[in-house]
Amino acid sequence: MIKYIVTRISTKHREQVLNKPVSESVQDRFTQSTSKFHFMNSATNNSLVKYCLRIADSSLVLGQRLGEWCGHGPILEEDIALTNISLDLIGQARAFYTYAAQLENKGKTEDDFAFFRDEREYYNLLLTEQPNGDFGQTILRQFLISTYSYYFYSALKTSNDSTLSSLAEKSLKEVTYHLRHSSEWLIRLGDGTAESHQRVENAIDELWRFTGDMFDMDEVDELLIKEGIAINLASLKEPWEKKVKEVFLKATLKFPENQFMIQGSRNGKHTEHLGHLLTEMQALPRTFPGAEW
Amino acid sequence: MVMLSDRSEVLLPLTKQMAKVISKEFIEQLLQEIPDPEIPVISIVDLGIVRSVILENEKVIINITPTYSGCPAMMAIQKDIVARLKDEGIEHVEVNLVHDEVWTTDWINDAAKERLREYGIAPPEKSSPDKNLLTGKRSAVTCPRCGSIETSLISQFGSTACKALYRCESCREPFDYFKCH
Repeated sequence: MIKYIVTRISTKHREQVLNKPVSESVQDRFTQSTSKFHFMNSATNNSLVKYCLRIADSSLVLGQRLGEWCGHGPILEEDIALTNISLDLIGQARAFYTYAAQLENKGKTEDDFAFFRDEREYYNLLLTEQPNGDFGQTILRQFLISTYSYYFYSALKTSNDSTLSSLAEKSLKEVTYHLRHSSEWLIRLGDGTAESHQRVENAIDELWRFTGDMFDMDEVDELLIKEGIAINLASLKEPWEKKVKEVFLKATLKFPENQFMIQGSRNGKHTEHLGHLLTEMQALPRTFPGAEW
Repeated sequence: MVMLSDRSEVLLPLTKQMAKVISKEFIEQLLQEIPDPEIPVISIVDLGIVRSVILENEKVIINITPTYSGCPAMMAIQKDIVARLKDEGIEHVEVNLVHDEVWTTDWINDAAKERLREYGIAPPEKSSPDKNLLTGKRSAVTCPRCGSIETSLISQFGSTACKALYRCESCREPFDYFKCH
């Protein structure tokens, strides 16, 4: 994974060396895409940039977390599965960052968003930054988020914004596999041995308090919902709970009710874990500006 | 320096010769020769990722669509296209990634699916799998070696992003399945 991320650094710095864009095509797409949005007023445009960053940040941070499993998976197939999911998520993040850069139109690249923003400028969901813990905790986290993403992208497919709807359609296909994988494992672990059951129960105790954060909305969402671009997250809560309950039941796990929720990702307020993750992820391009793979 | 109005051909400056009229068909033929970096028995055209070839003044624009969001082969494919056209002396090439209309395994042509099977990779089963995947029901995958449908899934995630790992219960051989997407 690290190799994968490092390879992505090079484009920007190659541009600096060559003193011109690596690919004119990027520039062309840039102009084409922005011209498409003449009708969009600046408030909508700014909100949409933030909306894309929220989606991308969650994918990138979760992708980075899963990448930490590389070489540490409990069995070879799972090592490969977790890093495959990581790859999908980082790929999704790249597409949404690229779109945000086009909309923002300040000459930034996907790498600027990923490597040169600090903790308080990241809008990823709190759940995505939580440590891997044991395999049970990783699987539970993946299941809770994949279920959310499944309904999120299903709804976003109908967005008025054609780029968002295409990216949602693409991501949905991938997330469907992630959901299936994590559901099957959660059932196997929850309905497995006394120890595997206990470990997943512990993971629920640890992670459940971050699930409320997923359904938070603010003025960004409100404005974009009015334009038919964003989706109403409140409408995802019911299907999300239904699916989680269904799988928890099969996994003989108790669905927590009325728990205290920790929120803040919409405003870039995070748990202590994100800072550490970013420090590691961003170390190379920040330590060696201009480094090339 | 006359350019045909329908842009099926264009006069391109070349490195090796002075200039040459290059047709769209010629470019498409070159693309047909570029293999998928992971699965060399099928070309990028067979895979259905080449969306359009556009000839503009002194420039060739090729639009491709990603298979999987995180597919590392996309970068290799972009490089391969530029390199292959450069071999023909065509220097001004632009390869764009387009996301509109999402790629599906249904775009892989039948001949290519057959070549996949011969290569030992079970080709994707037709139609959209999403609902079946969610409920855990899925269509049977046929063993590319012995043709048996008595197969079982080992892992949903295989050697590349686009493949799952299966085992044939009849001939006992493990094999890759190109996931329906």
